[in-house]
Amino acid sequence: MSEPREPVHAPGPPAPTVAADAPEILRLDNLEVHFPIRGGLLDTVTGRSKGVVRAVDGIDLSIRKGEILALVGESGSGKTTTGRVVVKLTKQTGGKVTVHGTDVSTLWGTRQLREYRRRVQLIFQDPYETLNPKHTIGEFVMEPLVVNGIGSKKERQERAYAALEASGLRPAADFAGRYPHELSGGQRQRVVIAGALVMDPELVVADEPVSMLDVSIRTELLRLMLELRRERGLTYLFITHDLSIAWVLADRIAVMYLGKIMEIGPAEQVIRTPRNPYTQALVSVSPSPDPPAEGERASRTILVGETPDAAHVPSGCRFHPRCPLAFDRCKVEEPPLFDVGEGHRAACWLAEAGPLDLPVIDAVQATGGSEAAAVEVGVSIDATGGALPAATPDDPAA
Amino acid sequence: MTGVQDLITPEGGPGASTDGGGLVTPSAIRGRRQWPLPKLADPSAPLLEVEDLAVRFSLRNGSVKAVDGVSFRLDDGEALGIAGESGCGKTTTALSLVRLLPANGRIKGGSVKLFGIDLVPKNEKQLARYRWREISIVFQGAMNALNPVRRVGDQIAEPIEVRLGQSREASYKRARELLDLVGIPKQRAGAYPHELSGGMRQRAMIAMALACDPAIVIGDEPTTALDVMVQAQILQLLERLRHELGLSLMLITHDLSVIAETCDRVMVMYAGKVAEEGPVSRVFTAPRHPYTRKLLSAFPNIHADRRTLDVIPGAPPDLRTPPPGCRFAPRCSFAMDVCREVVPPEVRFSDGVRVACHLFPTPDTAPLVEASGPSAPLVVGRAADGAHEAAPGIPDAVEAPAVRAVDVRDESLEAEATAYDPLAGDDLHDGPATPGDAG
Repeated sequence: MSEPREPVHAPGPPAPTVAADAPEILRLDNLEVHFPIRGGLLDTVTGRSKGVVRAVDGIDLSIRKGEILALVGESGSGKTTTGRVVVKLTKQTGGKVTVHGTDVSTLWGTRQLREYRRRVQLIFQDPYETLNPKHTIGEFVMEPLVVNGIGSKKERQERAYAALEASGLRPAADFAGRYPHELSGGQRQRVVIAGALVMDPELVVADEPVSMLDVSIRTELLRLMLELRRERGLTYLFITHDLSIAWVLADRIAVMYLGKIMEIGPAEQVIRTPRNPYTQALVSVSPSPDPPAEGERASRTILVGETPDAAHVPSGCRFHPRCPLAFDRCKVEEPPLFDVGEGHRAACWLAEAGPLDLPVIDAVQATGGSEAAAVEVGVSIDATGGALPAATPDDPAA
Repeated sequence: MTGVQDLITPEGGPGASTDGGGLVTPSAIRGRRQWPLPKLADPSAPLLEVEDLAVRFSLRNGSVKAVDGVSFRLDDGEALGIAGESGCGKTTTALSLVRLLPANGRIKGGSVKLFGIDLVPKNEKQLARYRWREISIVFQGAMNALNPVRRVGDQIAEPIEVRLGQSREASYKRARELLDLVGIPKQRAGAYPHELSGGMRQRAMIAMALACDPAIVIGDEPTTALDVMVQAQILQLLERLRHELGLSLMLITHDLSVIAETCDRVMVMYAGKVAEEGPVSRVFTAPRHPYTRKLLSAFPNIHADRRTLDVIPGAPPDLRTPPPGCRFAPRCSFAMDVCREVVPPEVRFSDGVRVACHLFPTPDTAPLVEASGPSAPLVVGRAADGAHEAAPGIPDAVEAPAVRAVDVRDESLEAEATAYDPLAGDDLHDGPATPGDAG
């Protein structure tokens, strides 16, 4: 194994591949975003509340300068909402966002907000929708400078060209005059990155920046992001649903489920020795381009049901209804994030006891033991209403 | 839950046959030949045989050869994955089987033989007999494919009623059974699509595809928009259905890892042509075509230690004016002069893999590989061990030079790769110390 990433042991908040004394760029303390559910007129008049959607339900994070933290989760996990709060597109309902030691909620007035938005930039998922088809690439990249009244026309152009070249669109002058439809998908995403770079940010929140792209283009962009970190010391909050991309790119991975962080730590530990059953199940079902040997199957734990609605968060550990290892305590008491060493923390009552022994749940190949598990899980939960029938463990015509 | 037996009892469903040997135990069902075949069917013919298929899209400024001479075969109970990047023609190939192409798309040549019946010359009315009843499709966006103002149960019952002429009650009963089969509680038959989650909607789509007991189900990126866990559930469902119902599956996806886990064979397409086709166990472990190799090493693999990803430089060709020789040549690190001039013929190997690449000798040009200098030793494959019978028409001698076991991640390949792109094949992270330098 030629894995070069030895974790650096650091006390306090973990910072494995980033120097332990690197300044903390972003810190989230008990961040909470609850969206009220709006009822009809009658509810408004009577003041009856319909409850809240707990999109983000108390998370703590910190990112050091030059670090890449991947926030991984399925839809409805609150990962995107977290990213939107960091760039101030969504307001938190509780907790604190600190950037460079400044509480972001105290920022006031156009000037401070502009300064903040210069330092923290967002890259969206879809390069087709982000770019205005009627604006040239040059106009798009210069726009943030114009809006913020930075520089003269000539300076703006120079900065835009520099950003385009840094994003790999060379020669910039050639690309600046083109329109989005003249570019390929990968080039468009580079333009979006250039639009973020032109402000010379410190922190980039990247929300699924490569999900729409073909594999061959994806790699180039991931590589570009790493290059930019190396050259400019950029810090990334990388939001993705794809654990294998997080594995390739990130220094640390935080796994979210239903508004909470289930597990956080150095990529190596989270992926190789997950201590939360949800993480472990996710890793087991992440497809791999290496087919299993003939007659064998990858040992997968396919959870039953889907992520519940964030308006009805289960009691205790919010994962317990789908967890194959859940026991009584999980139903009533929510586990804190236990520190399991080297900055690796997991929210599970079993985390401290050592590696988990998760059953293989894969109906196609289910044998006696795992069949029982599947049935048990199948009965205990259904996220979307109505119990799911456990799959029949028919022996495949092998 | 409803077993297969319930679904194929004579009273139970439209798949029921009066003479076709109704009750079969699930393990005995391999293929779907016990159902009544279309009248013209040749019982000894392969299930699906596509030969030299060519599809063109006419545009205002010319025409695009979206699919250009694609041949493949699908056997009873088999799962074939079609892989490739956007625009490689994988979806077009699948849609042209039942001619669901956009208005400007035309099949320009070749044949699509189902049970030996060529579907290409059929008119719309004649084709209706085969759509849904023999070949059905699960589309990508279940959200958009279901009618939002109709109940799920009704939507599934419709093809049963319309295509198989069943009564409304029987169709609805069957729809509920199908929902049960795909893991949606029967009571949810009255739900509207928006009341179901994404995974449930995709299950409903699958139930609809199964409504008329087709022989072949085509999944067009059936799991692309879904979460990883739901994707695993849906793939597991498809696999289970395939075994229980004896379906043949065609899975179209850009995600090679999905194919690795669910299919028997894989066909890699590039720019409207087949680059490589063969058993999953062969193609994924010993890819021969440089494109397959690149594509595989561009995939992140969470179960491997490496964090290196490969880059395929450049972009796919504009199919209005495809390059004269091999279409991958402009992006290929092994490209030789001949690649830029001559379209590579497909060569079949004894292990069941078919490759269209000049690096592999054809009967006529066997010495080519020997002569190609540094590129020669890159080849690939351990055909000797599990060798089946040699394909007809290809002399045994041809295999010999090709049979050399080399891993995709073999160092010599890395070296080849770095020769043209200094970054390719490197660790993405460029060593341990670097990130710290930045801070």
